[in-house]
Amino acid sequence: MQSFSESLFEAFRLLAAFDGNLREIILLSLQVSLTAVVLASLIGFPAGAWLATTQSRLRPYLLTLVTALMGLPPVVVGLVVYLLLSNAGAFGPLQLLYTPTAMIIAQTILITPILIALTRETIHDLYKQHRQQLSLFGVRSTDLIKTLLWEGRHGLMTALLAGFGRAIAEVGAVIIVGGNINHVTRVMTTTIALETSKGNLALALGLGIVLVLIAILINAAVHALGAYSNVRGTNHHE
Amino acid sequence: MNSFRERDGAHGCVRPIRAKGLVIERAGRVLLNIPEIQLGVVNCSAIVGPNGSGKSLLVKSLSALSLADAGAVIWGEAPPDKVRRFQVGLLLQRPVLLNRSAINNVIFALRAKGMKRPEALDAAYQALESAGLGALVDVSAERLSGGEQQRLALARALALKPDMLFLDEATANVDPASTLAIEQQLGQAIEAGLGVVFVSHDIGQVKRLADEVILMNRGELIEQSSRTDFFEHTINPVTRSWLAGEILV
Repeated sequence: MQSFSESLFEAFRLLAAFDGNLREIILLSLQVSLTAVVLASLIGFPAGAWLATTQSRLRPYLLTLVTALMGLPPVVVGLVVYLLLSNAGAFGPLQLLYTPTAMIIAQTILITPILIALTRETIHDLYKQHRQQLSLFGVRSTDLIKTLLWEGRHGLMTALLAGFGRAIAEVGAVIIVGGNINHVTRVMTTTIALETSKGNLALALGLGIVLVLIAILINAAVHALGAYSNVRGTNHHE
Repeated sequence: MNSFRERDGAHGCVRPIRAKGLVIERAGRVLLNIPEIQLGVVNCSAIVGPNGSGKSLLVKSLSALSLADAGAVIWGEAPPDKVRRFQVGLLLQRPVLLNRSAINNVIFALRAKGMKRPEALDAAYQALESAGLGALVDVSAERLSGGEQQRLALARALALKPDMLFLDEATANVDPASTLAIEQQLGQAIEAGLGVVFVSHDIGQVKRLADEVILMNRGELIEQSSRTDFFEHTINPVTRSWLAGEILV
């Protein structure tokens, strides 16, 4: 077992070398999480905007459901996706289990409720502000949702980044449906879990540093976007 | 500026705007109770009265933005309908603009009306030029001053070529120079045949623009008469109190 300082030194050496194995793991992580974010936004943006503008009687129930789903335990999502994709499951014939696609599906399910909820919050405020004017222009249904999504583009970027942050840091679901197979489904979080259990702290720590850097970058981007939106908002009310 | 009368021969389609038995209640309180009113016979009407007297509710009901709990609104000969929606405009107290350039704000409204993009682009440029905002076409609406935003909102409303335009305290939050520009814009449109009904607390503005004045208090219509009669010959005791600067309760 290496000491912490040795592991840290080795971790920086690995990062500096940026060897093929490390690069492969980081790129697969980014590919899986970015794809999941794109898919989740395709569902979450319109669904969240619809929830913000609908007068449906189901609205309060759907809101409660979405809020509850935001706290979905990743291992439960992993288990359900595993059951659906396994040979005996409904989607077994597609042979998707232990592939990056399975990991994308699991992460998409995990972050879609987050995107729906954050989109609803952003669009709800905008809708209150623009409702009367857009009603005067006769803008309704799909056009109303498209217009509000475009108006809320800065706030929605924050939602995207929050979703990406959740996806890239997730381990429970992807380890179940991906299987952590070397060169196939091994991503940063699953590698950290594996290498730590093997006592190979250097690689685990190196990947941990990359994850933390990504988290810092995401948070910085969220804050920058928030500040940018606030400045624009302030100017709007001058 | 194009003539609103000559535009499409539609003048008269929505004028006069009448309402009968208009009632709005909230939590058991009657906020608006207008047995009968007719607007748009003269070119420019002003609605005045204390805060909470129902002025905004009245213009929102007449412009079909909101529905009253009881009563009927008639545009010309028929109730409001989608076909004539753009013939009646409403300018709100706080300009609600989209997070895009000044010209794209106007284009958005014209496209919502059904105009094709090249046509809308030309019309939008023309509208902004007429409003004296030609130099600001590409500036984000959020970057404009409050006065410029309201002038843009008015230019956008006029670009839709309405027959009647309601203004709900449109100059309440803008600087004097912008107020002047807005009044000039309105004056030109009125000359071209546009019917205007504006809510205002500014007596000077009412005297400058209005042909007739409507006083409201506690949701009811107190008096509707010509500007001269209202300011110089009224015998209505409530109007006289209000003109004397007394607080109406």
